[in-house]
Parts: sequence; C-alpha cells; structure tokens
Amino acid sequence: MTETALKTPLYETHLAAGARMVEFAGWLMPVQFAGITEEHIHTRTACSVFDVSHMGRLKLTGDDCESFLNRLCTRNLAGAETGRSYYSHMCREDGGILDDLIVSRFESYWGIVCNGVNREKIFAWLIEHSPGTDVTIEDQTLSTAMLAVQGPKTVELAGEIVDVDLCSMKRYRFRVFELLGMPISVYRSGYTGEDGFEVVVPGGFVKLLLPKLLGTKDRPHPVIKPAGLGARDTLRIEAGMPLYGHELTEQWDSLTAGQGWCVDLTKDFVGAEPMRKLQAQGLPRRLVGLQLEGRRIARQHYKVYSGDQEVGEVTSGTLSPTLGKSIAMALIANEHAQEAMRLEIEIGGKRVAAKVVKLPFYQRPK
Amino acid sequence: MKVPTDRKYSETHEWFLIDDDIVTMGITQYAADELTDITYVELPEVGTSVAAGDQLGEVESVKATSEILTAVGGEVIEVNTALADHPELINDDAFEEGWIVKIRPESTEPLTALLDAKEYRRYVRNAG
Repeated sequence: MTETALKTPLYETHLAAGARMVEFAGWLMPVQFAGITEEHIHTRTACSVFDVSHMGRLKLTGDDCESFLNRLCTRNLAGAETGRSYYSHMCREDGGILDDLIVSRFESYWGIVCNGVNREKIFAWLIEHSPGTDVTIEDQTLSTAMLAVQGPKTVELAGEIVDVDLCSMKRYRFRVFELLGMPISVYRSGYTGEDGFEVVVPGGFVKLLLPKLLGTKDRPHPVIKPAGLGARDTLRIEAGMPLYGHELTEQWDSLTAGQGWCVDLTKDFVGAEPMRKLQAQGLPRRLVGLQLEGRRIARQHYKVYSGDQEVGEVTSGTLSPTLGKSIAMALIANEHAQEAMRLEIEIGGKRVAAKVVKLPFYQRPK
Repeated sequence: MKVPTDRKYSETHEWFLIDDDIVTMGITQYAADELTDITYVELPEVGTSVAAGDQLGEVESVKATSEILTAVGGEVIEVNTALADHPELINDDAFEEGWIVKIRPESTEPLTALLDAKEYRRYVRNAG
C-alpha cells in the first residue's frame, strides 16, 4: 500500500464495520464487508450502500460550459436540460477513450462524475482545453463524498429517509435539496444493473448520512446493508457495463467498446473524425459477451481462440452469482463476434469452451 | 488471525502439515480471506509426481486467481475432491476442511526452511 493513498470520510467507519480494505485508484476502499457474493445477491434482491467517494467530482461554471463540454464529449449535450444527467465518453484526437463519465446540468453550473483512476487526467484535459472559453473547473472530489444506494427495494426505502418524492424521478434525472440542513444531490442512476440512487454530499456530512441508511451497530437497518467494490464489479459485469481500464481504454474507441449509443457522429467533438472513418469502414473488432463452460473464470488479457487462430482477448470476467455461470466480456475480431459463435479461452494453460452471447448477461425485471 | 502452530508456512501462503510421513497442504486463512469468495480449485491428478517449487494447481476467487505451489517434492496421493463442488470450504476452514492435497514426500527437508506460525504471523503483518 502506498503511504499517499487517499481515505474517504468513511474510512474509519468501514474498518469498524469489518470491511476488508484495498487500494483502488489511489484510494483505500472497502472491497468487501460480509463477502462479495453475499453482497452481490443482497443488491440484486434488496438494497446495498456503496461508498464510491473515490469517483472524481468536478464542477464547471461559466457561460461557455455547454459548448465546451459538447466539444469534448461524445454525447450530444446541445440543449441539455437542467436536472438531467448524460452518460458520455471523452476521447483523444485519435478516438482513444480517455474516460467514461456522467455530465449533469444544474441550474447555474455543470457537474462531471468521472472515474477515480482518471480524475487528474480529466481535470488536466479540461484545463488544457479551457483557454479562450468562459469555463472555470473546480475539483470537488476531496471536499465531498458519494454513496451509491442500489437494489430493487431502494426506491420504496428512500421514503423512510427523505421527505422529497424521489419515486417519481426518472432515470438519469437528479434533484438537489436539503437534508438535515445540508445540501444533497440525488441522482437516479447506478452501476449495478439495479434501480437506485447515487448521492453526493459535503464530505463531513456523509458520516451523519450513512447511519440514516444503515442504522447503527446495535440497531442495524433490517434491509439496507453495506457493500464493497468487489460486489460492485461483479454486479456491473452481469449488467454488461464497461469499466475503465478493462472495456474502455485509450487503446481503442467508444464504438469498438460497444458504446456507440453515447456517440453522436453528426456533431463535431474531439475524436469524432477517426470514429467516423471506423464507422464507414466497418469495425474490425467488437465487444461481446461470452458464456464459458464450467466454473473457471476468464480474466482480463486472457486470449480467445477460434480453432488455432487468436481472435481477441478478455476484458473482464467473473463467476456470475445470479446466473451461476462463468461469464466474460471480450474484444473479438468482428467475424468471430456473432451471437452463438463457439470460441475457446485459454485459462491456466488449458482451453475452455465459450460461446458468444448477448449483453447484458443480466437485466432486472421491469 | 488464525495460524495453527502445528505446521509450517511458505511466503506464498501455503501451509504444510506433516503427519505419519505424509504432508498435507493447503492455503492459509489469510490467503483465503485475501482472495475473497473462492469459486474454483484446479487440482492435480492423484499419482502426479511433483518437484519442490512446482505449481500444483490454482485457486480462483471472484477477485483473483492464485497459484498453489508446493514446497516439497514427491507424489500426490490424495486430493480434496470435496472442493470440486464446494470450493468455499477453503474460505470457511482453510486449515482443516479446506485442505487441498496430500503428498508422499521424497524428503521433508525443504519444510525446515519454511516459516513457523510465529514467523508467518510476523511475515503477514509486515506484508500487510
């Protein structure tokens, strides 16, 4: 562990709750509390709270924010509505993905939530492109905290905690209000494949907020439980959601990563030109889902074969707690990426049979 | 942290217990906790002969894959077949129910160079 690792305001609280801590993106974060599989299933069936304060939180102010962000984001943000959040990528000139992030339009400013691992890179990227525009960028990560409250029981339980009607709020909308006299932003979004909220509050306030959700050690909440980054990862894999450093990297573009839905090639943005070319030529590689035979897990960079031919590599994999099957995402040569195609993955020197399946692996019942 | 005093430990977090000239081995509770929920154990075949330092198999968890290395050479005479259906036995009880293989060693000499419980405890504390 590096001595410079950052701690969220909940670090001591997590330790007291028996969390196993790991360093992630330069932060000491809980990887698990009761156990990854148990927390995973609890999130799919009830309600879990994740400390995601390591995520980068940037605030942009100034008259040019909309055009500035629209030039750097793959998503079309022209006419973005107040109270709405937009999932987008930022890319390099050559189309390589710098990060995936959520851009939110507030009344008088804009917010970005980016990956913890990319916080400094994105902040520098914004600064680099800001000269000549009326945009001021402030990194609020260290002065705020962020929780994700996720699971099918989240929305009904929210009524116990706040007076504001969050039930009628649609996905990718957010509200800003006061709770116990403190400002709180609540977003209807998440990274688990379940319904739920993501919450940003002043850093010092989160220690008061957490017991409102989880209860106390003597009187724990009967339904809401803490969960760690381990479960967050297995949940997002089942939900087919990309993770920066795995499905998303500077080595390839948003279309190749299967995220074309957040790319508007009809507008101009940094990285648009190479993506237009790729689109016109046809993508040589595609991100697919794989379902493996047996219980072995395919990890990032494991090679994928069709017969003797290497056709791609795994980006993420896990043993799906919900499906009880070994699943993976992989970047595969297009001609081998059609659904139901039979491939093989090399695991521990042996070939394991896999077939191409539709993403996501799991979709919550509507 | 649970570290039984009746056996020896490697720096790669395996334990070795000598009983009646047979060496039983597994991974430590610390290693199992670090791996988190174990989902699969790749076991060697009974009858395989192994050399000290060889990889015997792998332990996989939702989080990571870890090699199982033997500190003694010899013949694999038994594997814990219960792990095929219940790999979580290692998480639940790494030092007893979660044993991995039994080896008839050519020599138990290499075990003398391994850590005892007290040393292993200190080793983990410093590593952490």
